[in-house]
Amino acid sequence: MGIIQKIFYYHVSSAWNAFLAFLIVAISSIIYLKTKENKWDIYALSSAEIGVIFSAITLITGSMWAKGSWNTWWTWDPRLTTALVMWLIYASYLTLRKSLKTEKKARLSAVFGIIAFTSVPITYLSIRIWPTIHPNLEFSLMLPAKMTLILSITAFTLLYIYLFHLRTKIEKTKEKIKKLKTTK
Amino acid sequence: MRKDFGITKALKEININIDNFLSLVGPNGAGKTTLIKILSTTMKPTSGTAEINGVDIKKEPIKVREQIGVVSHQTYLYRDLTAKENLKFYARMYDIPKPEKRIKKLVTDHNLEKRLNDRVSEYSRGMKQKLSIIRALLHEPKVLLLDEPYTGLDQHANERLKNTLANFKDKTIIQTTHDLNRALEIGKQIAILSNGKIVYKTQKNDLDPIRFREIYEKKVKKR
Amino acid sequence: MKYLKKAFNVFWKDLIIELRSKEMINTMIIFSILVVLISSFAFGQMSTEALDQIAPGVLWIAFIFAGMLGIGRSFISEKDQNCLRGNMLAPVDWSAIYIGKTIGNLFFMLIMELITLIIFVVIFDFGKILTKLPKLTIILLLGTLGFVSVGTLLSAISVNTKTREMLLPVLLFPVTIPVILPVVESTSQLITQEPNILPWIRILTAYDIIFFVLSALIFNYVVEE
Repeated sequence: MGIIQKIFYYHVSSAWNAFLAFLIVAISSIIYLKTKENKWDIYALSSAEIGVIFSAITLITGSMWAKGSWNTWWTWDPRLTTALVMWLIYASYLTLRKSLKTEKKARLSAVFGIIAFTSVPITYLSIRIWPTIHPNLEFSLMLPAKMTLILSITAFTLLYIYLFHLRTKIEKTKEKIKKLKTTK
Repeated sequence: MRKDFGITKALKEININIDNFLSLVGPNGAGKTTLIKILSTTMKPTSGTAEINGVDIKKEPIKVREQIGVVSHQTYLYRDLTAKENLKFYARMYDIPKPEKRIKKLVTDHNLEKRLNDRVSEYSRGMKQKLSIIRALLHEPKVLLLDEPYTGLDQHANERLKNTLANFKDKTIIQTTHDLNRALEIGKQIAILSNGKIVYKTQKNDLDPIRFREIYEKKVKKR
Repeated sequence: MKYLKKAFNVFWKDLIIELRSKEMINTMIIFSILVVLISSFAFGQMSTEALDQIAPGVLWIAFIFAGMLGIGRSFISEKDQNCLRGNMLAPVDWSAIYIGKTIGNLFFMLIMELITLIIFVVIFDFGKILTKLPKLTIILLLGTLGFVSVGTLLSAISVNTKTREMLLPVLLFPVTIPVILPVVESTSQLITQEPNILPWIRILTAYDIIFFVLSALIFNYVVEE
């Protein structure tokens, strides 16, 4: 399919990162509700932001690829729809966080973080549940392509870890500053 | 016990034993409402715990709720329901065996029977508070928690509430207020809560109001 | 048993309040009828085949948006005088409050759907949908249950925000897509072809269970002060 096919490595790796990030949101949210320790709230927030960015990248690269091979930017398809909805849900998770001002903010966000995760399995499984035109990875890939894919997924995972580290650091610093200000 | 909101500490170490009638005074933001919320199990302490009649508020909150009645400046009554419907609703929530009889007795005790079928939205503030007390007494709680019960009451209603409370000889009562006079009028023990801490506590018998006022000013200003 | 009785008690109280004020149900019904009417202005001249295509969409848009209006109000009566805390002081697990509220929202939404459906059939002359009434009823019940399960939980969250009802659709609509998609698809199959709705019913049931159980488990954390 030529050069357009190369986008596939970014597309799949970004999708992988989005799924990973949203899983971390759900896990952090559950642990937050159990322990009420602030750091888990920070982890959930950081991971959600990264996940929203990577699922946006997935949608954009997917759309570019679709223009090349299906000759349309967007089409009604279960995979495309569920992926878009997943992105919307986590975008609204971030909106919710912004509009909560009470001391219950972290707790309510955690609750929504858990509910939001219900969209992840249906997005992942959508190509199996419904007839779809979206390519299925279980199609056998040629060995070099497989190697490249594994490499790019690894690279993207490392990128996720790095971003996650940076984002949590910002949040922790913010908190420190707040603490210093109030104790003064 | 302690309670933190994010990085602000609402309650710092609180250690008290209460067995009779405690009046808790403190300025706004001292943590009075937080303390009542924790004792009534709708809020969980960050660390530490409390026992009410030997039942742990963290481990068995439902059992605790069977034993406490809460009256606050908010009445917890539905304005679109009549007084009777409100009481019936709460009676069912507490599994009271013969709700009609129980309601009738309480309502007669408090002289509300004439207006039982009126909607709560038509009640005056004082009447609502009376009804709110009946609501809190439905399940014959051993412990009463009162959070600023005098807010919005006129002089007359105030007197009545005070007399009602003075009659509960067999109950343990904790009341919070920001008003020194109210705290001094009623109760056996008195304590000052400031900035999340109990800073002063005494029996009321050996207390000179003027001196107490001085202590209060000093303790609260220090923060 | 006591637990269910108390959950039902919460529903009963809401029912009495609603019968008296009719705030929620009236708004819902008028709104959904308006959606049907506006659609009839927009699509009324279409051929029967084209109407078959858009009918499920019109119906579910009316149901969902009207439902959203009603659900958004379900915790507001509790906020006045803080009645929610009064309920929480009762010796019962707080999930009973959630279940009572969910039953109430389900009940009000089903009434609204019934009335909307009748209006829809009259305005669009769409009597044929009634020939498949048993299947349609199942779809309506399952779809509405899933929608209301999450809706009730999220409305308890959104009353804590400044924007209140405005935020609810933003949260609720995307989350309930796994319910809305099968519901619209299976309704459209009922109309257009020999229906094989079983696969859709399976997904619906699965998500109903997930949404209901998850919400009931998690509700305690929402209302805790």
